[in-house]
Amino acid sequence: MKRSNWLVPFAPLSERTGFWLTVASFLLPLLVWCAVSYLPFIWHPLVKIEEPGGVSYFTVGALVEKPVFAAENAKMLEAGEPIAVGVPANPVFLPAPHEVAQAFHRSFTTPPRRAGDKWLHESLWHSIQIISWGFFWSCLFGIPLGILSGVFGVFSKITEPVVDFIRYMPAPAFGALAVVVLGIYDAPKIAIIFIGTFFQMILVVANTTRKLDPALIEAAQTLGAGRPQLLFRVVLPGISTDLYNDLRILLGWAWTYLIVAEYIGASSGITFFINQQAKYRIYDNVFAAILIIGLIGFTTDRVLAMLGHWFFPWKRDANPGLFAMWKQARGVQEAVS
Amino acid sequence: MSVDVGNRHADIVADYRRQSPAVAERFSRLRERPAILEVNKLGRTFGTHAALQDISFNVRRREFLSVLGASGCGKSTLIRIVAGLETPTSGEILLDGKPVHSSGPDRGMVFQGYTLFPWLTVKKNVMFGLQMSDKSKFEAESEAREWIALVGLTKFENAYPHQLSGGMKQRVAIARALAPRPRILLMDEPFGALDAQTRAQMQAYLLEIWRNVDVTILFITHDLDEAVYLSDRILVLGTNPSRVLEVIENPVPRPRSRDQFVAPEFLATYSRISELIHPPHAEDQGRIVIPRMTMAGDDVE
Repeated sequence: MKRSNWLVPFAPLSERTGFWLTVASFLLPLLVWCAVSYLPFIWHPLVKIEEPGGVSYFTVGALVEKPVFAAENAKMLEAGEPIAVGVPANPVFLPAPHEVAQAFHRSFTTPPRRAGDKWLHESLWHSIQIISWGFFWSCLFGIPLGILSGVFGVFSKITEPVVDFIRYMPAPAFGALAVVVLGIYDAPKIAIIFIGTFFQMILVVANTTRKLDPALIEAAQTLGAGRPQLLFRVVLPGISTDLYNDLRILLGWAWTYLIVAEYIGASSGITFFINQQAKYRIYDNVFAAILIIGLIGFTTDRVLAMLGHWFFPWKRDANPGLFAMWKQARGVQEAVS
Repeated sequence: MSVDVGNRHADIVADYRRQSPAVAERFSRLRERPAILEVNKLGRTFGTHAALQDISFNVRRREFLSVLGASGCGKSTLIRIVAGLETPTSGEILLDGKPVHSSGPDRGMVFQGYTLFPWLTVKKNVMFGLQMSDKSKFEAESEAREWIALVGLTKFENAYPHQLSGGMKQRVAIARALAPRPRILLMDEPFGALDAQTRAQMQAYLLEIWRNVDVTILFITHDLDEAVYLSDRILVLGTNPSRVLEVIENPVPRPRSRDQFVAPEFLATYSRISELIHPPHAEDQGRIVIPRMTMAGDDVE
């Protein structure tokens, strides 16, 4: 039997172990959630009334706290009246996995309650548009500025200190200002996403550019490359893989700014949907919507990672995509059996 | 390389300055050739520290000149100044009689780190310099193929650098540096990162290329055997401050082979360089005294 090397610092894991650990990283929280939801003895601080008995204010389906339930039943016993019957339950804000799963389906299929409200997919599409525009403008200005700052000391000194100062100002703090300048609809929300990612992007891209091996620049110079060629034939392709990964991380940041951005002016998109559902106390739908955001973000990132393999064939990737890992694990299993 | 210098001393009968008629005749012909590269009174200081001082030498057409010195003697700085990657504090560099100030395709360079562009295939790496000189893509591609064939990597022309071994990478780097037809090929400890066997192969390979391609080579190394095996002349640099100690005309006849490593001329030259780089009194200073930490009688020698 081989001694396990899981706790040897920096020791690589086998492909197969890596795959199953990835699966487990999703399954473990799900198991905890299931346990808390379905095992009555774990948490369940409330009682869901099934038969009100003699208690005047109990109704079927109502949630009451356990001590209250016990006290009322004690009173009923004393008075000789029928006691209330109920089952242990979790609070309404913690729906069980199957309820959220149903809501997942239902939230896409039920029409909105009010005529003016939007369907979930419409809300989502709206949010995705806000993110995309904010991120697009951020990239349009942030990437060139970042690269110029990384390459030329002049640009670095004239932009980076002030950018470093501004990036500490929380993007949502500009919300009120954005509404005054840009109105209450999509423009201020796009602006918040832009502010939230743009300043970080300049610094991150500049840093990535500076990490390019200077020997490659020197090699190109001795091969007769001029300044524009150094920039377009060496710097750009040289940093492309790292830049691509930076953008993946920054896109994640854009998602974290989304909810705040959508609160600004007229609430819209997925935030509006979540708020409406919370107002109607349909927490299953709230959970479904939050999970969908996570799912969209995660899927986008995995798709981008896979596209990265295709864009950059020269890159040996230490972090293969989930699909590649799955294929490898399958291959190992087939080889074993 | 691990041969004891002292033993070599004892065997020496030849004087490194005595040249066989064939070698002497070769050198007299070499002296008549025009100088490709002239370095005049070159100096470079970093703050108050003089890295290079009053360096003057020239490299003649089709000559193989090595610059040899202990580590930290400024030989890398010297070749980087010649390549135009650093600026000298004083003195000048002439290429074909004309002063040069910045880097250019007339001086090809092979670095110790392979510095291949990782995003380009072998073929595209070799094409890089050709395309910088406004050659059409078609022309660049066919020329690049010839250079790749010259270094024996035709089968790998579509491979990416990370798929190649160290020796193969350095062959690509040589092909890439030669492709724009430089007047002089500068090599900065090009085989320093390779294992001993690959290094020996690459040295033989380089001699073969130099024999067959019209190119002049300025070669930086700290390896004495390498310098004596490859060069026509060896420029020995001293340290603190770094200046030319001696330019040795290598008496080992050509064509060269590894059998010559024990030839009297080879050993004479080797020990002369060794003397220049490590003066006898310096060796005693470097001796360390280690207290005995084994059981009595537990002797290994």
